[in-house]
Amino acid sequence: MCLGIPGQITAITDAARQMGMAEVSGVRREVSLAPVVTGPLEDLVGEWVLIHVGFAMAVIDEHEAAETLEALRSLGEAQEALDQMAEGDRALAGRG
Amino acid sequence: MRYVEEFRDPKAAKALIAAIGAMADRLGATKAEPVRIMEICGGHTHAIFRYGLDKLVHEGIEFIHGPGCPVCVLPMARVDECVEIAEKPEVIFTTFGDAMRVPGTKKSLLQAKADGADVRTVYSPLDALELARRNPDREVVFFGLGFETTTPSTALSIQQAAREGLTNFSVFCNHITVPPPIKALLDDPYMLLDGFVGPGHVSMVIGIHPLDFVAQDYGKPLVVAGFEPLDLLQSVLMVLTQLAEGRAEIENQYARVVPEHGNAVSLAAIEDVYEKRPSFEWRGLGEIDASGLRIRAAYRPWDAEEKFGIGYAKAGGRAPTPEPEGCACGSVMTGRMKPTQCPQFGRGCTPDTPLGALMVSSEGACAAYWTYGGARLSVEAAE
Ligand code: SF4
Repeated sequence: MCLGIPGQITAITDAARQMGMAEVSGVRREVSLAPVVTGPLEDLVGEWVLIHVGFAMAVIDEHEAAETLEALRSLGEAQEALDQMAEGDRALAGRG
Repeated sequence: MRYVEEFRDPKAAKALIAAIGAMADRLGATKAEPVRIMEICGGHTHAIFRYGLDKLVHEGIEFIHGPGCPVCVLPMARVDECVEIAEKPEVIFTTFGDAMRVPGTKKSLLQAKADGADVRTVYSPLDALELARRNPDREVVFFGLGFETTTPSTALSIQQAAREGLTNFSVFCNHITVPPPIKALLDDPYMLLDGFVGPGHVSMVIGIHPLDFVAQDYGKPLVVAGFEPLDLLQSVLMVLTQLAEGRAEIENQYARVVPEHGNAVSLAAIEDVYEKRPSFEWRGLGEIDASGLRIRAAYRPWDAEEKFGIGYAKAGGRAPTPEPEGCACGSVMTGRMKPTQCPQFGRGCTPDTPLGALMVSSEGACAAYWTYGGARLSVEAAE
């Protein structure tokens, strides 16, 4: 919940709500870009961000993203985050 | 040095460990009279145990595990209130997975779900917002839990709900802030801390200056740290260096993620939606002044406390919850006791049947001892 996970922004999905699609370890998840918007939204496409509970909280460089993912995998936190995203999807589908 | 080989850069780790050793010797730190460094954040506690950092560094360095695991400092009464809300037939209760198994005085949210309450684990408050859009005839409540790292997410979600006029969404706000408990610990005459490893992702939101008081008012060094093993080792070295040079400053080891002044959008959202409560109850630490947040009157329709008359909004106020019999969570949390000294550790209390919250979360000191401590102790015995 507190560590966050790196993802790469692949598209803007809802400009009015500042939402974008992020790819996190091969999993796609819509996230809020609000905390990292400083200029045009489109500029964020292709950037790596640190995602905390569905919000992009910091732009990081690709190298940092790779190292952070590796550290999270070794802590077991990457899988936990991906499981939680899947649970979120299940909760939306019905009784999670 | 057994585990160093699995580090990303074992050579750098060995060099840091050697430098820490030299600095500890220079400070005259020994096992009997150690330098005590508190890692505030539960993510750091987890990483220290996962990599065995406490065993890798000089024996004169003692890690004290701080209060920075939001699930662990949650009083049982808060869980009871979650269950009370969740058991209302019109409610879909949504929560981060971490909170599901925390015991209340009667049951956990997981047990409430088994008993028929509609409790759903979500990844983000945005999932709860979406549930509210899709279920206009239900009340969707999100359990807002965590420090400054997660606070922006619920603040921004409430702002979004307000923009959409989505009034079947509300937040049961139990957000807490890091600086007040640190101040409370520093004011405790029994606390013998020499320095701090500061929380990286909290500082990513609030910046480093809200922690200035640690150095300015209490003369203790604090280094804001990332959570990779090399980050932690480097931060410990930075704390020791300050001590050796007689300095007390707030330093930022994690500058690649932590901006000096934090995240402007997040801070503005927090300020807009939340205000400080006069005081808030922490498990093991008691009531701490101005340490919790509540939803401002302007956002009252999205405040589950007001909507359901629960928590601090309950008529007649609330009584503090006593700890369960034989549970030493309070003493462990304040560093007076090691988890293994708790009479319940591994007996009445294991990760499968947690008695206290410190055993529930992977960031809790007791769960970390249980998961990584046993294996390590046997390795030590064999060496
Ligand atoms: S072992 Fe269990 S009861 Fe004892 S301090 Fe740890 S979490 Fe609390």
